[in-house]
Amino acid sequence: MADTLERVQRIIVDHLGVDPSEVTPEASIKDDLGADSLAVMDLIMELEDEFQMEISDEQAEKINTVGDVVNYIESRS
Amino acid sequence: MNKRVVITGMGVISPIGSDISTFWNNLITGVSGVGPITQFDASDFATKIAAEVTDFDPLDYMDKKEARRMDRFVQFAVAAAKMALKDAELDIEKEDPDRVGVYIGSGIGGLRTWEEQHNIYLKRGPRRVSPFFIPMMIANMAAGQVSIQTGAKGPNSSAVSACATGTHSIGDAMKILQRGDADVMMAGGTESTITPMAVAGFNALQALSTRNDEPEKASRPFDKDRDGFVMGEGAGVLILETLDHALARGADIIAEVAGYGMSGDAYHLTSPAPEGEGASRAMLRAIKDAGLQPEDIDYINAHGTSTELNDKFETLAIKNAFGDHARKLAISSSKSMFGHLLGAAGGVEAIATALALKEQILPPTINYETPDPECDLDYVPNEARKAPVRAALSNSLGFGGHNATIALKTYDD
Repeated sequence: MADTLERVQRIIVDHLGVDPSEVTPEASIKDDLGADSLAVMDLIMELEDEFQMEISDEQAEKINTVGDVVNYIESRS
Repeated sequence: MNKRVVITGMGVISPIGSDISTFWNNLITGVSGVGPITQFDASDFATKIAAEVTDFDPLDYMDKKEARRMDRFVQFAVAAAKMALKDAELDIEKEDPDRVGVYIGSGIGGLRTWEEQHNIYLKRGPRRVSPFFIPMMIANMAAGQVSIQTGAKGPNSSAVSACATGTHSIGDAMKILQRGDADVMMAGGTESTITPMAVAGFNALQALSTRNDEPEKASRPFDKDRDGFVMGEGAGVLILETLDHALARGADIIAEVAGYGMSGDAYHLTSPAPEGEGASRAMLRAIKDAGLQPEDIDYINAHGTSTELNDKFETLAIKNAFGDHARKLAISSSKSMFGHLLGAAGGVEAIATALALKEQILPPTINYETPDPECDLDYVPNEARKAPVRAALSNSLGFGGHNATIALKTYDD
């Protein structure tokens, strides 16, 4: 879990240019971290590469917070 | 009477400096910005040299998130526009943003992004192509991002006319101001295509110099031993304002944009029209638009690419447009120092021309060693020259037969 969270945090910090302290499990990727729709799609692609998995469009739409991402990845691995 | 248009600020990203004072000092001391290509492995290419921008950090002008969403040509434009606004001491938040516009073009656009994403597509398939691919690659995005980053909500567009792009952008922006559609325009060109496909493509046209062993001497406009242009990269953005607006806010006026002329060759994809007649017409139209006579022009900042055909036909064009006065005026090619910036050339060279008017110094054509009987005018060889300059032209001639000229003059009230 900690390892997955760290990897997700690193990607989000890199892509969205936010401070690492902001990337908490409760943070909403769009509302709190300022990602627009293009940034979300870009992030999903990067996560698919990082974790060697495919995230469907339907699933991607359900993701809101950083914690949602971590839980989804954990549930698939 | 048309509204008068003046230049009140300038921003430059170039191979010989990415601030106005470094750029100008290098321009009048004849510093070359040409060297071996470092942006990709050019060992298999006929041309292994270019004029690269080496002192640019996008994070000086934008945050990392924004920089990631821009091709290098867009980063250059945003940086040059912010620099120009600062130079003009113009705060858009204190203006009516609807009256501040942007007209910045690129000759080619995001070729670097296109090549990277095409490689990803070939290796990994269509699902791995970035959602930022299209918005980063399209050539109009420099103008789009400059408005997003600065808040300018007035007229917003871009010319795409190969190597004439920058001059078309400035001329078209001037006309927008003259007809009253805006008070201020950020105008110019940007380009960054030192990439494998661009170098391979221009090599296939035999347009690039292959003087790989002497990079600093490769760009040698009007010299008999010229063997092609040297690709450069960068951006030049000028703040154009109606004179009334500039005076009302007490802005420092650098020079006046007095006239604009353009024409089409209707002749060939890449070769200039016989006798350079299309370029002649563009120059004469700019002079007429400025309310000047050919004899009033003291200096021409030439397109002067260092290709055999351009320099020969541009010389003929100047002779045909000016008659006897062609031998009295001074001509120089700044490309001898910073290479050919393609769609950015007109933007950066307008800055060089405006500075020549402001400082009353003509930048030289460096690497002028062997006279060519077909290029027999005064090209300000090798050394900058102090000279009275009241009115000047800046020429840009593009593949497709696009010819664009702007006429600048010293500001007198």
